[in-house]
Amino acid sequence: MSYVEQLVTSFIASAAFGVIFNAPKESLVKCGLSGMFGWMVYFTLTDYGFGPVLGTLAASFLIAFISQIFAKQYKMPMIIFSVAGVIPLVPGGLAYDTMRNFVENDYNTGIALAVKASMISGAIAVGLIFSEVLNYLLRKSGSQPTKQ
Amino acid sequence: MKNREETYEIMDVCLLAGKIMLRSGAETYRVEDTMQRIASALGIEQSHSYVTPTAILFSAEDRKPETTRLARISERTTDLKKVVLVNDVSRRISNGIIDLDEARRQLREIETSQLMFSFWLQVLAAALASGCFVIMFQGGWYDFLPAFIAGGAGYYSVILFHRLIPVKFFAEFLGSVIIGVVSYLFIIFHLGVELDKIIIGAVMPLVPGLLLTNAVRDLMAGHLVSGISKGAEAFLTAFAIGSGIAVVLSFL
Repeated sequence: MSYVEQLVTSFIASAAFGVIFNAPKESLVKCGLSGMFGWMVYFTLTDYGFGPVLGTLAASFLIAFISQIFAKQYKMPMIIFSVAGVIPLVPGGLAYDTMRNFVENDYNTGIALAVKASMISGAIAVGLIFSEVLNYLLRKSGSQPTKQ
Repeated sequence: MKNREETYEIMDVCLLAGKIMLRSGAETYRVEDTMQRIASALGIEQSHSYVTPTAILFSAEDRKPETTRLARISERTTDLKKVVLVNDVSRRISNGIIDLDEARRQLREIETSQLMFSFWLQVLAAALASGCFVIMFQGGWYDFLPAFIAGGAGYYSVILFHRLIPVKFFAEFLGSVIIGVVSYLFIIFHLGVELDKIIIGAVMPLVPGLLLTNAVRDLMAGHLVSGISKGAEAFLTAFAIGSGIAVVLSFL
């Protein structure tokens, strides 16, 4: 049940972000899909106890990978698909907890949470870059059709 | 070799394409790449560009003395549709389907057109996303509606305040204060259960996701100045949201 819930809400949330970023109408479903797959990877990994950093890394890698496939297929810039998908991974909850602890004068907990939040932001970045590098290598080795 | 007039006209088109892309939130390397492609397709073989989030420098090198032009970018929004459209125009120019005049006409049309989804649809999308985030962050369905309303109100007020006050930081700060207050009101009237979940869900539409992604991609592509400045902009937004929420929390 909870997996179905997550599937539906992550799809809607990512597609809604497509609307906020004014992505072309025909790409909204694909925005939703890339966000949904990414979130499912994150959710499954954290559910099995792999920790949020690894989960975020794997999820953003997959989002960038899917976005590159979409980008090639529909001849649109890759960010159209990846941006909406990455949003759910942004550690908004942790940033909030950080702020809350700072306000409550619990600076030690606050700093620990802030470091965790920056680790996760870093994981998003590294995942995106890994995927791009992989795509570059694949293209270079010629195992994929040449880029348009 | 082109004569001076022609060079100017080609540079006009390149700069126009670059300006639209940069204003709409494209990555720096895409802006540079697009301008260079258009220039070389239209006959300027050697061109250089230097793009930062606030300005474009573009220089054509085909005849002496070189011509260099500057375009100032003062306002940036996120409008991915325009990025796609300019990308298409540049592709058509490279493939020789359209010429200089047709390209200029199409780019002008893109520049002046209003392609955004309607304002209320955007607010609705922000509200819907906020509600969904509550569920994604392991909240209960009883908090869906409070987050829906708080998120919609927050996004609405950020856009509204930004129209009144041109300082983005202040608009975001006030928006997140409103999110905090609305969420707290829901708790007081027992319409919501978990304050944390409602606030986290509701601030997500304000999170600088595009800036963060672009900052990283720019840094990795070697555009250090752009990457750092986009990172700074993202940090400012995050700081505005955080301090807005902190103000509300400190009164609890």
